[in-house]
Amino acid sequence: MTTTPGAMEPPHIAVENLSVSYVGVVALSKASLRLNRGTICGLVGMNGAGKSTLFKALMGFVRPSAGTICINGQSVAQAQRRQAVAYVPQAESVDWDFPLNVTDVVMMGRYGSMGPLRNPRRRDHEAVRHSLELVELWDLRQRQIGELSGGQRKRAFLARALAQGASVLLLDEPFNGVDVRTEKLMAQLFMGFRRERRTLLISTHDMDHVTGFCDQVVLINKTVLAYGETSEVFTRENLARTFGCRL
Amino acid sequence: MDPVSWLLEPLQHVFMVKALLISAVVGGVCALLSCFMTLKGWALMGDAVSHAVLPGVVIAYALGLPLAVGAFVFGVGSVTVIGLIKQSTRVKEDTVIGLVFTGFFALGLILVSKVRSSLDLMHILFGNVLGIRPQDFQQTLVISALVLVVLMVFRRDLVLFCFDPTHARSIGMSTGFLYYLLLSSLSLAAVAGLQTVGIILVVAMLVTPGATAYLMTDSFGAMGVLAVASGILSSLLGAYLSYWSDASPAGCIVVVQTLLFVMAMVFAPKHGLLRRGRHNPSPQWPDP
Repeated sequence: MTTTPGAMEPPHIAVENLSVSYVGVVALSKASLRLNRGTICGLVGMNGAGKSTLFKALMGFVRPSAGTICINGQSVAQAQRRQAVAYVPQAESVDWDFPLNVTDVVMMGRYGSMGPLRNPRRRDHEAVRHSLELVELWDLRQRQIGELSGGQRKRAFLARALAQGASVLLLDEPFNGVDVRTEKLMAQLFMGFRRERRTLLISTHDMDHVTGFCDQVVLINKTVLAYGETSEVFTRENLARTFGCRL
Repeated sequence: MDPVSWLLEPLQHVFMVKALLISAVVGGVCALLSCFMTLKGWALMGDAVSHAVLPGVVIAYALGLPLAVGAFVFGVGSVTVIGLIKQSTRVKEDTVIGLVFTGFFALGLILVSKVRSSLDLMHILFGNVLGIRPQDFQQTLVISALVLVVLMVFRRDLVLFCFDPTHARSIGMSTGFLYYLLLSSLSLAAVAGLQTVGIILVVAMLVTPGATAYLMTDSFGAMGVLAVASGILSSLLGAYLSYWSDASPAGCIVVVQTLLFVMAMVFAPKHGLLRRGRHNPSPQWPDP
């Protein structure tokens, strides 16, 4: 790549004046944000502030009542067809007793680019292997997912997003219940993703993780209150507005 | 009596050969579907749909249509009604399910008693595998084959749909299509199962083999094979037991299925009670 840093690169994620409501209840109104490629961005807000609505909008699950979303200069539907957006669920929403092993789960990342019968071909096996090696789970690939430790479980789903080839990763509360060792591993992985110019949007309500992990932060409370460099956005006043109280 | 004649004597009767064949086919197909039902948590839905198809079956019979057509319309229709009521009222889902399927079932009872036909209510409720009519025999085979093909072709999509529908949607798969595919298969399997064990017990065929297999293994492929094997085995063994004890075939088939489940519950290699007593069922291994 010969592009100079700071050159006119279009934002990786551009949300303009996005409004979403569910049967009359406004979940998000006039939210705007821009993220450049290779950003690790925290998404901070209370429960019900619109974090999951923003994720749903970025995945094309909800129809905005107003506003636009561009991912890589394309519509959400186009980005979805190109397997550009991956969602990494929070651990609590996964059925860990499901009869699947680690390879099965990571292979599911490839389904969107497979034929209708989802018969894995050589390049699919290779992508799965590469992703598993990257998150250091290759040796545990035969394990049933419930037999993984908390940190390994997170990494299995990160590997699925990698196998998908997604450039935008939406992570839902990835730090819930992880130990210090896993945190370090995740930090390393996230740095690697940044080098590969992937963009991470990490929903969390833990301030310490944001200051520790994220280059940028988006504060959300029914709309985007502020976004930008973590050090600039994380002010006492902004946080008070985000959490609706004085800190 | 020696085991060989125990096995061979019933085969001298055409009705028994047909009964064994149809129960094995239906038992196997329903068992494969039961894997998805148990993993998706659709046991109650299976119960609802299998009861709600009754009016459809009676109407189809009266109009001379294949029973599967009526079952399909009312199976999918009942679930649509459940969804509509759930959306538009504050009544909780399990209440709505209980309310809708009994309503449909009761409507079916009225139709059975009013439609002049040779349709025997007892046969619909409790199955009539020993006296199955030729056209029902063929229909059941065709329905079973259709459901089998659908489940095999879409098995990977359906597993993903059961496991993580959010991911399925985010990579552009149509979860609505998969939902209705599974629901349609359920309606068709219910009408196939109706021929063998009847409406009341068909839910056992749609739940028990999957639950048994779920306890036996941690791999979906093995789960499918084990469920089908236990479904076929229960059907055959149940039909034989019914022959030799002159007891209800439906009852025998479902009792065998239930016994297999109890055995798996106690003796399963990893998740059986004997094993499970020693360690946690799904341990969170510490990081090395």
